[in-house]
Amino acid sequence: MGTVTTEEMMLNMGPQHPSTHGVLRLIVTLDGETIKKVDPVIGYLHRGTEKLAEDLNYTQIIPYTDRMDYLAAMLGNYNVVHCVETALGLEIPERAEYIRIITMELQRIASHLVWWGTFLMDIGATTPFLVAFRDRETILNFFNELSGARLTYNYMRVGGVKWDVPPGWVERVGEFVQYMKKELSNYHQLVSGNEIFLKRVIGVGTYTKEQAINYGLTGVMLRCTGVKWDLRRDEPYSIYDRFEFDVPTATEADCHSRYRLRLEEIVQSLRIVEQAVAQFPKDGDFMAKVPRVIRPPAGECYTRIESSKGELGTYIYSEGKDKPYRLKFRRPSFVNLSILPELLQGENMANTVAILGSIDIVLGEVDA
Amino acid sequence: MSTPEEKATAAAKAKEEAMRKLKERKAAAAGGTKPSASEPPAATVPEAQAEKPFSEMTPEEKAAAKAKAIAEAKAKAAAKKSGAEVPAASEPPAATVPEAQAEKPISEMTPEEKAAAKAKAIAEAKAKAAAKKSGAEVPAASEPPAATVPEAQAEKPFSEMTPEEKAAAKAKAIAEAKAKAAAKKSGAEVPAAASEPPAATVPEAQAEKPISEMTPEEKAAAKAKAIAEAKAKAAAKKSGEAAPAPAAEKPISEMTPEEKAAAKAAAVAAAKAKAAAKAKGGADTAEPAGDDDKAKAIAAAKAKAAAVAAAKAKAAAAGAAKATGGAGAGATDAAPSTPSPKQPVLDLIVKTITEKVGADAIEESYIRANSKDMPTIVVKREKWLDVATLLKNDPELDFNYVSNLLGIDYKTHMESVTYLHSLTKRHSLSVRVKTPDREDTKVPSIANLWRTADWHERESYDLLGIVYEGHPDPRRILLTDDWVGHPLRKDYVQFDEEV
Repeated sequence: MGTVTTEEMMLNMGPQHPSTHGVLRLIVTLDGETIKKVDPVIGYLHRGTEKLAEDLNYTQIIPYTDRMDYLAAMLGNYNVVHCVETALGLEIPERAEYIRIITMELQRIASHLVWWGTFLMDIGATTPFLVAFRDRETILNFFNELSGARLTYNYMRVGGVKWDVPPGWVERVGEFVQYMKKELSNYHQLVSGNEIFLKRVIGVGTYTKEQAINYGLTGVMLRCTGVKWDLRRDEPYSIYDRFEFDVPTATEADCHSRYRLRLEEIVQSLRIVEQAVAQFPKDGDFMAKVPRVIRPPAGECYTRIESSKGELGTYIYSEGKDKPYRLKFRRPSFVNLSILPELLQGENMANTVAILGSIDIVLGEVDA
Repeated sequence: MSTPEEKATAAAKAKEEAMRKLKERKAAAAGGTKPSASEPPAATVPEAQAEKPFSEMTPEEKAAAKAKAIAEAKAKAAAKKSGAEVPAASEPPAATVPEAQAEKPISEMTPEEKAAAKAKAIAEAKAKAAAKKSGAEVPAASEPPAATVPEAQAEKPFSEMTPEEKAAAKAKAIAEAKAKAAAKKSGAEVPAAASEPPAATVPEAQAEKPISEMTPEEKAAAKAKAIAEAKAKAAAKKSGEAAPAPAAEKPISEMTPEEKAAAKAAAVAAAKAKAAAKAKGGADTAEPAGDDDKAKAIAAAKAKAAAVAAAKAKAAAAGAAKATGGAGAGATDAAPSTPSPKQPVLDLIVKTITEKVGADAIEESYIRANSKDMPTIVVKREKWLDVATLLKNDPELDFNYVSNLLGIDYKTHMESVTYLHSLTKRHSLSVRVKTPDREDTKVPSIANLWRTADWHERESYDLLGIVYEGHPDPRRILLTDDWVGHPLRKDYVQFDEEV
């Protein structure tokens, strides 16, 4: 028998691949079915948000944050207004804080629902996608009532929110929470015990705690390694210190643990919304007294919040003018994606989609 | 500073310009001006003055603006006679007319200019008087920095005055113009400091009360103040910047560091001068009334802004805060009196670095109060890798997590800012590494210590052109590989093949 010679193959995955959740391109070097090297190419959706922001005042920047993580625009909105408010030292009215908490947590649920549906679709299950999008639609309708938009809300403002909640809105959110709590058991029944699903995710895409921290992973990507780190609990912003909730963690750090954690986070978010609905102030302002032209004091300010993807931060260097001199968004999708080449090295090609899907990236946020 | 000869020619030029402009205006009879942001500050182009805030003008521009403003005042007076009310707010240069005179310290004027200024003052008083006859609102009165208007209208919008008051106001204006001329002769630049926030109350006080109504004591006090202020200005000038008055007028954010320093110094000096004047003066002339509260508030806000800008240099900030307090403004929150809760963390970090890397590694260390008490250190570029290694590996510090990394273009230099966090010790630190200038943008890479810095540094290189030395994979990340330039740099011009 003569020796068999093989050669490595370069495979272009994306930027139009349906499983890359947008326009991510992976240049994969394959040896047979084994991945030798992965080079992610990003920037296809780079719109230069940070550059644009230098010519916008602080209120005008808010709609741009809708378009970064477009699956969690409320969190993006809050991210930037929170930084400006911190720099200004603004007091936010109670009612505005509660509206924000409810919208942010509903947004987190919606974001996780999209992830749940698309992740399962990536690995071959189509039905869960429809189930998840049905329930997500209820949340989007809530936001539609508030802001008039389904995805790009532009709802938060420096000092509060743009509009007060319509009558009966809070009560209906409360009803949805009760519905969703029960409905989640259907999610588990539908997928969580599925033999094929478990074979695809258990033990796939593992990494260590040290790797996770070294790569700056945050959110579920970090908590699945056993690190109990959630900015809502560890660096409470807004009024998160008033609510009881757990920070679920796992230790396996595989795709399955990330799946479990995200579903568990939906439960915790529902708990927070439930408490917020119960404590919701009957009246009060939904907007603080804010100067007409917002000029944060000269200097820099960095704040971070826990988005559905991880640590979402805003850095503003202000010269005391109405526009930022430099604005930088710390995007969790961007940072979390950076570990992908390491995770995929030596993996089977078929696992690429499962591992990539479990990171939960949004390309609008990766590219900014 | 230009020589007197240069100034004289510039002034002559400016006058010519103003005349031309006036003709143009008459022809066009329009208030709109052409965009002039790109105009060189030499400002031989009259449009530039209309558009530019007064504070940003060069002395030549100011002179021209003055001339123009006068012409305009006349035109307005005529317009008012015809019954149309000219909105004051839309005409910044007109409002700054008296300021314009105040602007230039007399001591800096050439004899020609002085004469011109005097003539102008008279012309202006006449123009105003004419305007008053028409009963319309005098443009200057509605302006917030009315304090800088030495005329009596600062007290009350003209339109609200009774005929008797108007007559009185007129008389006052004339008297004041005379007084001013006299003051100018004496060499003390009375209204000049009006534009300086902390000192604003001083000339205000004079504006408040016509000299003719002052008691001898008050007059003495006013004089003393004027002198003190002149001294303060001189002191401020010594601090290195050419013209403190324009510098102070500029929004702090637009100043260069040198200007800021000068402004700070000026603020402090002015406060001192004021204190001295107060000690001397008997009457409470420094207390502005009525509409001047607004002006006062603005002055206070300006002083506050100055105080905030100064926060970086603690000592200076403290001085500015004092100055603010001296000016009677409520900016007590400028400098935190209680030590930050993060101070022990910063002390520990500084101590450890000083011991293990060297005392010269840290250029600066402070806590930023308005950014969640973030401890911040400025690390010498050559030592950054050593410091980073220590920060990561020292068991007491244990900064295992890079939260954020970004570059900033400060126009004078570039900076790489790293936000570190320890998930075990639960403390944070922001580290700034400065490059000497914009061309030499090399900064040691920390991507081999924290893998997350890999993409962050690539992004910073891509968008700002900061070169991270020792980076394992120094490529662009968001833009295409053949992109020309670094878009987040302030001098970035998009490359276009067809241009």
